[in-house]
Amino acid sequence: MEFLTQPWAWYVSGPLIALSMFLMFYFGKRLGISSNLENMCSVVGAGRLVDYFKFDWKKNNWNLAFMFGLILGGFLATNYLTPDTNIQLNPNTVEHLQELNFKEVGNTYLPSEIFSMESVLSIKGFSILLLAGLLVGFGARYAGGCTSGHAIVGLSMLELPSLIAVIGFFIGGLTMTWFILPVIFK
Amino acid sequence: MKLLKFFFVGTFFGIILSKSQAISWYRIYEMFRFESFHMYGIIGSAIVVGIILVQIIKQTKLKNINGEEVVFTPKKRGRYRNILGGIIFGLGWALAGACPGPMYVLVGQGSIAILIVLFGAMLGAFLYHLVKKYLPH
Repeated sequence: MEFLTQPWAWYVSGPLIALSMFLMFYFGKRLGISSNLENMCSVVGAGRLVDYFKFDWKKNNWNLAFMFGLILGGFLATNYLTPDTNIQLNPNTVEHLQELNFKEVGNTYLPSEIFSMESVLSIKGFSILLLAGLLVGFGARYAGGCTSGHAIVGLSMLELPSLIAVIGFFIGGLTMTWFILPVIFK
Repeated sequence: MKLLKFFFVGTFFGIILSKSQAISWYRIYEMFRFESFHMYGIIGSAIVVGIILVQIIKQTKLKNINGEEVVFTPKKRGRYRNILGGIIFGLGWALAGACPGPMYVLVGQGSIAILIVLFGAMLGAFLYHLVKKYLPH
């Protein structure tokens, strides 16, 4: 059991992610999680406002089933497989975050500076969370996929559009981490 | 029963993302600061094994569960959409510390804050389709 409850190494996790992709291909589907954002829009009736969402989401119920699986996976992993939520970060990373006034860096999966209830109930905190989501959702659908569809599946298929999208992910991510986060949190 | 297999792969995937700490905001921050190999190892090894598996499927003309040949649906191409969408996505990825998969996994971890992120992501997908006719693709 112990190998299950300790953090999984990259060389275990990466191949298992590839195996998940393979299983989806075997089951006749191409793995892609951000499509579910559109499915959920369609489920809650966005088709009344934008014609695109009038598609029959029931045809994509396999992807919604996958999504509910993700939620259960998170629940099981947290409650039964993760006795220690400590993240072993590079000391330099910890130091940088402390300079940005982050406390208890790496003690839990999520920093309380962004994800605590206190943050949720403050205007700044709420705006950051909402904006982060907006960028992810808008960007993923504009690019035609997210980390799963482009970085994992697209690159495994050696697709050029996916390589371009992943380069874009990094341009955006590096800009946020190096130039914008210091402004937001300093 | 047809849907159950997708539910199980999702559960498996959710456990991997959780146990590898790929759903941690800190890990994404550390990755974009180039201060750890961990995330590059996860994504890199997934792609290397993925390339091999896709080639095996193609070379052996592997049949899927329905007895048909596996189809590799390509993504939409466009000169601007992949790079511009990618940059916007990247900005959000580094701020939220989570892409869509980890967002759902974090819902299962019981985070309330991630529901706001997820709502924002739905809204973002909605807004994209609202304004897409004005955007370069």
